[in-house]
Amino acid sequence: MFAELNAILNTSPDHFKQEELILVSDRRADASFLVHHFLSFYLRAGCKVCFLGLAQSFSHYSAVSQRLGVSLTQAKEKGQLLFLEVLKESLDVLLQKTSNTESQALDFLRDPAVGLRGLYDFVRASVSDSGAGGEGDGGGGTVGRWGPPVLLVDDLTVLLSLGVSVGSVLDFSHYCFVTVCSQLKGNMVTLVRCEGEEDEDEDGDEEGSERLLKGLTHQCSLTLHVQGLPTGFCRDIHGQVEVCWRKTQKDKPLNQRKLFQYKVHDKGASFFARGTSSAVL
Amino acid sequence: MAAPMKSMGSSFNATSFQKKTRSKLISIPGTRPSVQNGQLIVSTGVTSLDYLIGGGLAVGTVLLIEEDRYNSYSHMVLKYFMAEGVLCGHELFLASAQDHPDDILMELPAPILDDIASHSPLEGRMQFAGPHASQDAMKIAWRYQNLPKVQTALASSSRFGHYYDVSKKMEPEIRQAANCHAFYLPEHSMESSAPRSPLLGSYSALLRSIQEVIRKGGFNGAAPPSKSRNVLRIGLQSLGSTLWGDDLCCRDNPAHGHALTTFLYGLRGLLRSSLSVAVLTIPSHLIQNRAVMGNITRLCDNAIALESFKGSDRETNPLYKDYHGLLHVRQVPRLNCLLTELPDHKDLAFKLKRKQFTIERLHLPPDLSETVSRVSRGELAGAAAMGTTCGSSGNKHLDF
Repeated sequence: MFAELNAILNTSPDHFKQEELILVSDRRADASFLVHHFLSFYLRAGCKVCFLGLAQSFSHYSAVSQRLGVSLTQAKEKGQLLFLEVLKESLDVLLQKTSNTESQALDFLRDPAVGLRGLYDFVRASVSDSGAGGEGDGGGGTVGRWGPPVLLVDDLTVLLSLGVSVGSVLDFSHYCFVTVCSQLKGNMVTLVRCEGEEDEDEDGDEEGSERLLKGLTHQCSLTLHVQGLPTGFCRDIHGQVEVCWRKTQKDKPLNQRKLFQYKVHDKGASFFARGTSSAVL
Repeated sequence: MAAPMKSMGSSFNATSFQKKTRSKLISIPGTRPSVQNGQLIVSTGVTSLDYLIGGGLAVGTVLLIEEDRYNSYSHMVLKYFMAEGVLCGHELFLASAQDHPDDILMELPAPILDDIASHSPLEGRMQFAGPHASQDAMKIAWRYQNLPKVQTALASSSRFGHYYDVSKKMEPEIRQAANCHAFYLPEHSMESSAPRSPLLGSYSALLRSIQEVIRKGGFNGAAPPSKSRNVLRIGLQSLGSTLWGDDLCCRDNPAHGHALTTFLYGLRGLLRSSLSVAVLTIPSHLIQNRAVMGNITRLCDNAIALESFKGSDRETNPLYKDYHGLLHVRQVPRLNCLLTELPDHKDLAFKLKRKQFTIERLHLPPDLSETVSRVSRGELAGAAAMGTTCGSSGNKHLDF
């Protein structure tokens, strides 16, 4: 959890907005540090977190979270964190070990045309677990042990690499949005990674990740877009992040944008206005 | 060569001196913890490349090398990587669809071992304490049992990795001491009894056999602790080329565009849970679809690209006369840490000296000649940088 980013987003673990779809995207830079931020943020906030770890192994997230002061293993034991380690479980499916496990979540690996129905069912089952008591009374709230459910996905573009179509991924994220954000009043954070330059010329055949980014930008309420510096590589400034609030907030105009430069440290990240890096001043 | 080694070996047998820290660490020959984040790293065999990627390759990661146009330098880096594995006593897995893996192994560069003599005898004795295990495992070429013992000792010295002489080939007796698994696609496609996964295409046999090697060799941590641990080095040559049955290189919209990325995903999952490290080369200049290449890069941990001057007009440009090509760092690994070690700067070039492949910072050659040539050198720099010749010729008129 980066305190400086919380100040920028005007949020804190005790008090955060619900029903938000946060889109983290990157281009010529790596935005995965923001995923670690949101993971530790929502765990501290006491939310029930469902994490789809597509890109890295559990030990990686665990090691980083340890540095950020959150223990994933403990959260997992307490039942606060539900971690689907796709990277590990995909192997058996890919090599067609006929171990018919109870999990149908990775059906898309057998045949990408099937779509992400199984994965969505997994998400729905895991997030509605937390509110089992609340749903039983028909209250619609999540008055469980944990706070509102949160779904984190790192990262959606991996699904495209595995042959899933952009349409299916967008369907999946929309279904998740409806379930997690609208019905259960929770939050959702997804990461999308794009390639190279924004291409204006070849709009005939649009690349998968670009289309995914556009589709998700349309859905989301807050975007954090991480880019490399336009002026080139620098050791002391790792890139810039553009924060854009898309939904109207009180006393704030629509589509407000802010641009910051950032530097990732060993145990956090610092954000500063453009040109005010300590290395420059 | 053999005589001093023998004497050193016998002097070790005479003494009871043992290095104190040996028992505490699970030490695998040829590995060491990274200075930055404490991860277990191995050398790529090219010392300057090790330095560039933060000390070495972290175990469990994949290094992607984008091939240069004629695949000569990238192939050499791959051979360096395998040769380092041979000298460290690691197990090897080499897969290829073009040359037979055994032929590639035949051409490994010869190690330069004559600097053993420069070590003080005390230091040498201390380092001999480690490699009992590899001594026991040694079955082939018992006559040369002394050889690997000395080499593994070298690996654990303060210097990481070995130096190689690319003008010579590694002696067969050293090579045969290594435990190498070869995967040659034509052999496997004939005997394909297992059903081909629709998603993986021709790579399913490869992924399957890597998994088999990892399981049988106990690299996945499932082996009993009594057995000595070792590292598996995986080298994969020219993945994605047409010989692998892939149409990535021929078409803009390949039919099996996801076979390679799915394979890389599986490979990543496999490596993350085992003591193995992979280097793969991909002919990126042949791949038409830029998005596919981006996905491939993101599924690897480290990515570098070699851009050779061969066949381009840069070959004759005096600016680059000291180098054979440029090296681009495409991606640095992000494993178990938030911060990644970034290279100091990105202007890097490689050159192949008579005996050695090195990576250096790109800088302009010093100009030691008279002023007349200085002018022409400046013009060349301007022409190379901006591609405008009329501007510099205009300057020339002003000068005179």
